[in-house]
Amino acid sequence: MTSQVSSPAEQTDGTVVGEQRKPGGVKDVRRLDRVIIRFAGDSGDGMQLTGDRFTSETASFGNDLSTLPNFPAEIRAPAGTLPGVSSFQLHFADHDILTPGDAPNVLVAMNPAALKANIGDLPRGAEIIVNTDEFTKRAMQKVGYASSPLEDGSLDGYNLHPVPLTTLTVEALKEFDLSRKEAERSKNMFALGLLSWMYHRPTEGTEKFLKSKFAKKPDIAEANIAAFRAGWNFGETTEDFAVSYEVAPAAKAFPVGTYRNISGNLALSYGLVTASRQADLPLFLGSYPITPASDILHELSKHKNFGVRTFQAEDEIAGIGAALGAAFGGSLAVTTTSGPGVALKSETIGLAVSLELPLLIVDIQRGGPSTGLPTKTEQADLLQAMYGRNGEAPVPVIAPCTPGDCFDAALEAARIALTYRTPVMLLSDGYLANGSEPWRIPEVDELPDLSVQFASGPNHTLADGTEVFWPYKRDPKTLARPWAVPGTPGLEHRIGGIEKQDGTGNISYDPANHDFMVRTRQAKIDGIDVPDVEVDDPHGAETLVLGWGSTYGPITAAVRRLRAAGESIAQAHLRHLNPFPRNLGTVLKRYPKVVIPEMNLGQLATLVRAKYLVDAHSYNQVNGMPFKAEQLATALKEAIDG
Amino acid sequence: MAETSTEGTGTIEALSLVPKAEARQSMKDFKSDQEVRWCPGCGDYAILAAVQGFMPELGLAKENIVFVSGIGCSSRFPYYMNTYGMHSIHGRAPAIATGLASTRRDLSVWVVTGDGDALSIGGNHLIHALRRNVNLKILLFNNRIYGLTKGQYSPTSEVGKITKSTPMGSLDAPFNPVSLALGAEASFVARTIDSDRKHLTQVLRAASAHQGTALIEIYQNCNIFNDGAFDALKDRQSAEEALIHLEHGQPIRFGADGTRGVVRNAATGDLEVVTVTPENEARLVVHDAHAASPTTAFALSRLADPDNLHHTPIGVFRSVERPVYDTQMADQLDEAVEQHGKGDLAALLAGGDTWTVVG
Repeated sequence: MTSQVSSPAEQTDGTVVGEQRKPGGVKDVRRLDRVIIRFAGDSGDGMQLTGDRFTSETASFGNDLSTLPNFPAEIRAPAGTLPGVSSFQLHFADHDILTPGDAPNVLVAMNPAALKANIGDLPRGAEIIVNTDEFTKRAMQKVGYASSPLEDGSLDGYNLHPVPLTTLTVEALKEFDLSRKEAERSKNMFALGLLSWMYHRPTEGTEKFLKSKFAKKPDIAEANIAAFRAGWNFGETTEDFAVSYEVAPAAKAFPVGTYRNISGNLALSYGLVTASRQADLPLFLGSYPITPASDILHELSKHKNFGVRTFQAEDEIAGIGAALGAAFGGSLAVTTTSGPGVALKSETIGLAVSLELPLLIVDIQRGGPSTGLPTKTEQADLLQAMYGRNGEAPVPVIAPCTPGDCFDAALEAARIALTYRTPVMLLSDGYLANGSEPWRIPEVDELPDLSVQFASGPNHTLADGTEVFWPYKRDPKTLARPWAVPGTPGLEHRIGGIEKQDGTGNISYDPANHDFMVRTRQAKIDGIDVPDVEVDDPHGAETLVLGWGSTYGPITAAVRRLRAAGESIAQAHLRHLNPFPRNLGTVLKRYPKVVIPEMNLGQLATLVRAKYLVDAHSYNQVNGMPFKAEQLATALKEAIDG
Repeated sequence: MAETSTEGTGTIEALSLVPKAEARQSMKDFKSDQEVRWCPGCGDYAILAAVQGFMPELGLAKENIVFVSGIGCSSRFPYYMNTYGMHSIHGRAPAIATGLASTRRDLSVWVVTGDGDALSIGGNHLIHALRRNVNLKILLFNNRIYGLTKGQYSPTSEVGKITKSTPMGSLDAPFNPVSLALGAEASFVARTIDSDRKHLTQVLRAASAHQGTALIEIYQNCNIFNDGAFDALKDRQSAEEALIHLEHGQPIRFGADGTRGVVRNAATGDLEVVTVTPENEARLVVHDAHAASPTTAFALSRLADPDNLHHTPIGVFRSVERPVYDTQMADQLDEAVEQHGKGDLAALLAGGDTWTVVG
């Protein structure tokens, strides 16, 4: 489905275009510049699906958007409990936005637990839609409500819409041959229909989606569509919802181009397929299922017609081992995991450092240590990525900053791995992985050329004039060694994890050679060509906020707020964590104050302080959630004033 | 000494995708320029010579042969083969080789490992390579000891073994590598002995012709830390009672003049050793390496006494056809292209739902 967004006016005529449903003209329509909606329910209530669908509708409408799925690690956590609440927050706007938003304007609470778990995040005056059918005495007691919050006045400060979602859904589906339990399952689609009416979302995408999702169960598809339409109609007819809202497309926020909505893991998967295409090397993924990285394995396994081989290994070690074997054989090799998996892969990453073969290690960071918070976000694997190996084993580290940027980061990681014949660590996180945003689809001919040359013949002449192949003779500029793949006649050679003699690659225990090789491997990584870090400093500020990875959105939003309030602050964001951009030291020394917000206890700050002797200050949060813009703005203001 | 080459590999289906050597090869072609550094007298020398001597028979382009190893004495093996090679990390060779073999079907990939490497730290990778049936030939040098770390007991050491780490005797029950492999759904399992060059070569030949993972357990003497571990099978006298040669299609007989044999106990279904008599001769088990069920092969693997090695079968226990992982992986790629056409990057990136900003 492609829609053209040229000016907001074209989208607001309130008429029916083809199958497209538009709210009728009797009710009040208000225009908003942005809205934050949070869908919340039991982890079995289908809130993630509901959020995904609302997001797709919103994306195809042309709003800018940012999402925050938030769900428990349990597949079906105990029903009706606070830990079992699953939510999906979506921020959409008629202008450029950077975060999923701090505080929802609208909460859809499918049960008392969902209300209780989320009410604290709502500002007074926010709209709350509750499914009254679930507010039974027992369900309320389960989460500690002594009296009904719907009746005891505790929600007086909010705009409460009590809706018997379950009853209405069951009623709407009475024509269908479904049990009550089956019919109840469609209540999320009823809620989606209602919200779609409230915010004038296009609906045909959702109907198409339901038909395709339940292609094998057409009656279930029809029931869900009926519930979805009933929700829409309910909004249009009931008096409780007197107003609907428009959020115009964010046409001006986006450069010209064709857009789609994309999550970080999907963008990363596409980046890997694209890198393989641009390098003209087959893609091999060795991976073991782990949250929140598994979606990359799922996605890549769908693209076998691109020559993509996916290998679900017996464990994390075999995942990277197989990838390394594939790299030896000339594939663009990747392993995907999260923090605990990186720990298991460490020894093999060290081997890859020693073998000097290209390999991508994708770490979708989550809360740690150990199993930690599997479904929550964190960026506490930076030091593990930098140093988590035995011996001197430098590895380039790069981090995407938004979901869409995961595409470019994958290409960049591949460029470095292929150019310098090295494992590369790509640090995404749970927030980027599952969050989504509009993404300008790149033209295929604007993608970077990643082509590589395999070694094809001798590269060294011995004193006696014999032409030989030396597997560790380096390119003088990049210090990369030749990539000689099996099957190439005359280049038979053996590589391994034992220290090698410079040049020949033969086993060597010579002390001076080891010292030389250690320094050379480090020099190769230090010498990687990375772009300078850019500083956004329109007013010549005294304070620099430096970030990396997924904090880009919240930090940028906070910086905008501060500047709008007349404050002066400079911002820089790092994509390359190893090596750092050449100009980073100079940049840091320009500012009397440097603040580094991180979703860890100060890992980048530790690196920066050690390398540049700069008195950088940390601002940290490790609660499994991304920073809120307001909170960061307050912290940065204190830094400016402090 | 195999100084000749046959041109017969075209008939070995398992190697049909591997390019052939243009010229006749000799053992010398497979010797690298690296000095062999095993202890003098180590059984590894004999195995290396047997493999180097056998390779010309396959007649494969040596640039299309790869030896991958883990860590341990045996894992130095790739350095001495003038082919491509990787000396990797402890226990991981089957995983690494799986990635290589499943992306490069034009290669003949060999794994060299030991009892510690394959059965202890790398046990997981070994069993999964076997169940997947990746096109790998795994040579498991079993010396029943940790040699490179100077003499600790290994997962194949007999119970009660006195070593540096077990001064009062080891407590662990040992693995039987053949039983383990059969339990892990291996499609080819064989056992041979370092000192029997002829038998070792026969087994290598059979393994090479096998499609899928072949596990060859090679009893190998560590003359420094576990000398004489397999003497019972090597001494002509004791071998009479100890060694059972398995030959497909032949009744299982051993001992002087084949006076001993293997029959099935009708009551328990187990195999047992008997003295052959005219009465029981008809009941002798006829070895069927291609039997669909691994039951008899497993029973054969249990005949040996782990302490004195009496009744140790050598030869091919099992060799059956089963879908090969890398072949099926390649088939799925072809099938995906047939179903959806060759991948169109622009279409992939665009996906289904798009909108256009025209300014």
